[in-house]
Amino acid sequence: MTAHLLILQVIIPLVSAPVCLLLRGDRAAWAFTLTVSWAVLANALLLLNTVLAAGSLSYAIGAWAGPFGIEYRVDTASAFVVLIVASVGAVVLPFAYKSVRHEIPAERIGLFYTCFLLCLTGLLGIVVTGDAFNLFVFLEISSLSSYTLISLGRDRRALTAAFQYLVMGTIGATFILVGVGLMYMMTGTLNMADLAERLSPVADTRTVRAAFAFLTVGVSLKLALFPLHLWLPNAYTYAPSAVSAFLAATATKVAVYVLLRFFFTVFGVEFSFEAMPVGQILSMLAVVAMLVASTVALFQDDIKRMLAYSSVAQVGYIILGISLASVTGLTAGIIHLFNHALMKGALFLAMGCLFLRLGSVHIQDLQGIARRMPWTMAAFLLGGLSLIGVPLTTGFVSKWYLVQAALEDNRWVVAVLILFSSLLAVAYVWRVVEIAYFRPARRVSLRVAEAPAVMLVPTWVLIGANFYFGIDTSLTSALARRAAETFLGIGT
Amino acid sequence: MDLSGFFSYWGLYNYWIVVFLMMTGFYMVIARPNLVKKMAGLFVFQTSVFILFISMAKVKGGTAPILVEGVSTYSNPLPHVLILTAIVVGVATTALGLALVVRINEAYGTIDEDEIHSQEEES
Amino acid sequence: MNPETTIQLAIVVPLVGALLIWMSRSYFKQRETVTLVTASLLFILVVSLLPVVMEGAKPAVVLWELLPGLAFAFQVEPLGMLFALVASFLWIATSVYSMGYMRRHHERHQTRFYVYFAVALSSTMGIAFAGNMFTLFVFYEVLTIITYPLVTHTGTTQARRAGRVYLSLLLGTSFLFLLFAIIWTWLLAGTLDFQAGGVLRDTASPTVIGILFALYVFGIGKAAIMPFHRWLPAAMVAPTPVSALLHAVAVVKAGVFSVLKVSVYLFGVDLLAELGSSEWIAYVAAATIIIASLVAMTKDNLKLRLAYSTISQLSYVVLGAMLANPWGVLGGGLHIAMHAFGKITLFFCAGAILVATHKTKISEMRGLGRTMPFTMGAFFIGSLSIIGLPPMGGLWSKWYLALGTLEAGQVGLLVVLLISSLLNVAYLLPIPIRAFFSAPDKAEPVKGISEAPMTCVGPLLVTAAGCLVLFVYPEPLYRLMSLIVSNGR
Repeated sequence: MTAHLLILQVIIPLVSAPVCLLLRGDRAAWAFTLTVSWAVLANALLLLNTVLAAGSLSYAIGAWAGPFGIEYRVDTASAFVVLIVASVGAVVLPFAYKSVRHEIPAERIGLFYTCFLLCLTGLLGIVVTGDAFNLFVFLEISSLSSYTLISLGRDRRALTAAFQYLVMGTIGATFILVGVGLMYMMTGTLNMADLAERLSPVADTRTVRAAFAFLTVGVSLKLALFPLHLWLPNAYTYAPSAVSAFLAATATKVAVYVLLRFFFTVFGVEFSFEAMPVGQILSMLAVVAMLVASTVALFQDDIKRMLAYSSVAQVGYIILGISLASVTGLTAGIIHLFNHALMKGALFLAMGCLFLRLGSVHIQDLQGIARRMPWTMAAFLLGGLSLIGVPLTTGFVSKWYLVQAALEDNRWVVAVLILFSSLLAVAYVWRVVEIAYFRPARRVSLRVAEAPAVMLVPTWVLIGANFYFGIDTSLTSALARRAAETFLGIGT
Repeated sequence: MDLSGFFSYWGLYNYWIVVFLMMTGFYMVIARPNLVKKMAGLFVFQTSVFILFISMAKVKGGTAPILVEGVSTYSNPLPHVLILTAIVVGVATTALGLALVVRINEAYGTIDEDEIHSQEEES
Repeated sequence: MNPETTIQLAIVVPLVGALLIWMSRSYFKQRETVTLVTASLLFILVVSLLPVVMEGAKPAVVLWELLPGLAFAFQVEPLGMLFALVASFLWIATSVYSMGYMRRHHERHQTRFYVYFAVALSSTMGIAFAGNMFTLFVFYEVLTIITYPLVTHTGTTQARRAGRVYLSLLLGTSFLFLLFAIIWTWLLAGTLDFQAGGVLRDTASPTVIGILFALYVFGIGKAAIMPFHRWLPAAMVAPTPVSALLHAVAVVKAGVFSVLKVSVYLFGVDLLAELGSSEWIAYVAAATIIIASLVAMTKDNLKLRLAYSTISQLSYVVLGAMLANPWGVLGGGLHIAMHAFGKITLFFCAGAILVATHKTKISEMRGLGRTMPFTMGAFFIGSLSIIGLPPMGGLWSKWYLALGTLEAGQVGLLVVLLISSLLNVAYLLPIPIRAFFSAPDKAEPVKGISEAPMTCVGPLLVTAAGCLVLFVYPEPLYRLMSLIVSNGR
């Protein structure tokens, strides 16, 4: 059984997707998807457990041995990311039932869950595969299904947002494809472990450098690195609430993982950060992202859009950690990958609760809503505190590691800017808090009731996780550190 | 007449075609306000990469990779296989994009980007 | 019960209290009883630690590692003991006072008020007993967040604005400077534990140490050193019990306490004295003392005047730390206690006046001594203690601070202390004097004695008496503080 855990991680949701399409009725489709997502989570936990014991796992698809067959390979970092994706999926789905029924026409609900499963398949596949081209295929599976999911939003702008994302996402994916092609041209292999070996002798060629550049730009587009983030705010704003929460917590994270994989495993840290100036470029862009996106977030009246810009800023934090290319920096980036999934997931779920009751998350409609929906707003407030990085929340842990990494590298200004941008987070979170808690309620919202428990519980599960992993970081920091060391080739 | 200089530069003409196609597609995506034309541009953009892969598989003097007696040089079949997949992905993307355009047309009554923008600003 | 358990209980008990208060939200008598019982229990717990600390022991407990190498740890040393004693004792007084004040003033959301108050006390205990800078920082930030709803309790536009100033200054300084300094220290010294004599010796150049120290002192915004003092007057929109306990004792003292703690246990007084890195900050503190006193004179709103007076008095403690000698630390430590008793009395009086007469302006308080003799009498005592006149406890802390300035050879700072005392006379004494000796406005008929409710007047008489007791009997506090000075060497 353990031998097949790796392939099951992808096969379970992949096979379930068409089955889901055949099911009649939205309730059946939902229940089925929920079961599948929990099975995926259980599988992910088993996988992590196995990987922690064995170091890394490898699986040859159809028993075709690598490097010609497609190899799936999981180490600590990928098992960690698999866990993030699987758990977010498992938490979002119970929430989705009511939210989706409210936001999506009944006849499309079955399709919605099918796409959801496909998206899950794609995201998990990207992480477990050890084959560069296979990665592209999974990337497109997840992208195509997420374009569909976004376009299902109630607002007609969801369509244009999905179209915009489709165009930019396809350009990004095509860049990745070009990069993969150029690498194949130089090495004759697509297996990542093989690529890593064969690239170093030919590293000093224009083709390899071009491949590197294409991959970096392509992946940066997918992970919404400033200034390639233009698709993200619209997509997250107009997507159905459950989709915003799921994608915000997983899609960009998986793209970051792809970046890590290419930088550290395939090209190697010497090539990526010494031969190519990527460290400086990325850290500069990351700092700009932190500051600019946080500032833009301050001026958004749609709270989902505000959170979307905040995501762009948070991606900046992650990339900043990575661009330092030190153990602490990488640990900071990876741990923030996880922590940001928790906080943004929770915040977007809280938005879903508000949207269910109010039909809008515009800041003016939130006046005095804290009295009507105390649990939802308390969740938003606590998630916001985590975003700010108050001690005892996960946000603080990330910030601590990140500042420490910047200081270790003698980047004083960067450290100050990280702290400054968390003050910007105070400003945009508090703007909402003040309106929701201090303004008198509007007449429309007087009859609004608290969101149903099935939606509040998942939200609070994530909020609880924000505090749990902020107080007891032994698991996350150990995993992140181990993953960082694997990437840098230190230790086992 | 010595043409070696000319050929060493233009001998890799397949890449020039790829670059030309890629930029044509890219230009269409950026410059055309019509969403269908944007999709067409996007497909041209993707196609350029297919050509990159296929032309890279060509081995000088090689034939199709079918075992035939008397032939020892074959073209590399792997890129062809990859591109089969990529074409499928590309077609799917285009189909989805065009489907979105249909929906956009239903919702806005136009497929012109500028008009959609102006409608959004009005509302 | 061993001291280790007691330390943890001191943090948990107010939290449990907060939970019980919330559960008894529909029964206000039960709610107030729970508050009182919790406060008393906390005080008993803290007092039970006193003999252990007096013997020179430093009971410590390490809970778990929040980040690798950074444990959640507690350690009771004399300075923290003193702070915890003062805060937990005054919480009892404030609880009694709140019962009268909140009911008579018809404040809304009283349950919320008591719940957050209890949590604030829990984090104050956390700060007092923190065993390393990391733990201290965690509780410091929690205290900031948890007091925000208390500051904005009334929910008015003014309260919201004040809350904004409060958060932005306190979070701003603590993120930008304090957290930066803490992480820097962690990288330099490899530890954040509070150790006698400091941990930073020989880890960096004098310049770096100087910058780091400045980051700490200005990063601890709760100490209200200018120019980061604006949050304190802003916080005065809160109900009076909050201003009294939190913004005259717990929160602000947490600030100066942290400054003392950093100076003594992270840098070490000797190191600071050798490098002279604290000297220029001493001048900033001196400037704060004088400027805040001058500003206080211009304020007609009684609570605002008291707030500026607090800013000025807080800088005494900071100054004590900056002098970097035993007398300074001793005086600074004592001043935490002395000023607490004096200033809480004054705030209680201000609240009692508000409850009884709805007056907030000093100019309206002429002749008030006739109707509220006990309150104004206590105000007089409190004022004397703040000024530092005998027979009030405030004398001792100023005395040792003065000795500290002489030891440091800073006659200029001594002059500052003296001028400040004169300024204190000028802005505090006219209030009781006018209350007793001026004729009331003619519009208001004198109705004989009409004091605030007993639950308000009682506590303020107790704290006023406390000022007197501390003059006659400062010896335990003195002994406690001399332990630091001898240990700190």
